[in-house]
Amino acid sequence: MPKRPTGEFSAATMADIAFLLLIFFLVATTMDIDTGLSRQMPPYNPDQEESKDQIKERNVYVVLINSSDQILVEGIPMNVLKLRGNAKEFIVNPTNKDNLPEKRPAEIDYFGEVMVSKGIISLQNDRGTSYGMYIKVQNELIAAYNEVRDEVAMQKFGRHYGDLPEDKQDAIKKYYPQIISEAEPKNIGGN
Amino acid sequence: MAKFERKGKGGMPLISTASLPDIVFMLLFFFMVSTVMRETTLKIDQHLPGATEVKKLERKSLVSYINIGKPKTTFQSMYGTEPRIQLNDAFAKVADIRDYVFVEREKMDENERPLMTVSLKVDDKTKMGIVVDVKQELRKASALKINYSTRKVEAIE
Repeated sequence: MPKRPTGEFSAATMADIAFLLLIFFLVATTMDIDTGLSRQMPPYNPDQEESKDQIKERNVYVVLINSSDQILVEGIPMNVLKLRGNAKEFIVNPTNKDNLPEKRPAEIDYFGEVMVSKGIISLQNDRGTSYGMYIKVQNELIAAYNEVRDEVAMQKFGRHYGDLPEDKQDAIKKYYPQIISEAEPKNIGGN
Repeated sequence: MAKFERKGKGGMPLISTASLPDIVFMLLFFFMVSTVMRETTLKIDQHLPGATEVKKLERKSLVSYINIGKPKTTFQSMYGTEPRIQLNDAFAKVADIRDYVFVEREKMDENERPLMTVSLKVDDKTKMGIVVDVKQELRKASALKINYSTRKVEAIE
């Protein structure tokens, strides 16, 4: 048998080994990166009474979804695609209308003395609502907040909200606080 | 003068396979870096809803998953066609969620426990009833940070 020069080895099986490893990784791993809508839930407190009566009706934006996935916004049926624009008007209340939320004065970094809306979005769904519809509504409400925040970021700092440093983002968060309250679901429509 | 010879009559010259391991190793490293280990095998059908305002879920070690959906056809004889909860590799009841959260929380570092996020991977045809029950259980277990797992889409519908 001819002797190989020292320091060399056959690389012929290297490809086989590498293929084996490659196939193992292809099978055992997944590619998808998890994305989603993050929410913070309120702590569980069974004794807590709903203190709705302390909040004025004009300050609450009521979104109801029934078991047939129909949406009722402030008592009026609405298409999910119109929800975003409508919610934006509620959040901003540009012309200080009587039926849209009140504003309170607040001191915010970068903005100084400004008027901040007291508006709250209340989302209520039925047990028979489909999850797909629920996510669509959640998405539109979050999108409404993101859009008004982006608009004020462009106006104030000339940059998109996502590109701003954290302290400026926090200031805008205070300017348009995101309050989406979820009431306990009701079983009206039946399952 | 050099002498040119034809190797084999009309046959293709052999391609050197010496660089093949390099190519395969390159692919291997690409897959090792860009993928994550599969942790559970889904026993349910899952078509996640689409959303436009999605954020990436950072820090995989802080995330626990709850899957909800219709059991796959092979499990339907045993578990029916109503949406079910899957924790890790097994079907579970709503009452099991609290224990699951505590076990998952125990696995984390003590200083990272408040950052724990529960990712809800729910099929979009599921009714909200079961999701609401799960959310109530999570609140009772004080796992308040949740994430509705969605696909990124450009526009809804």
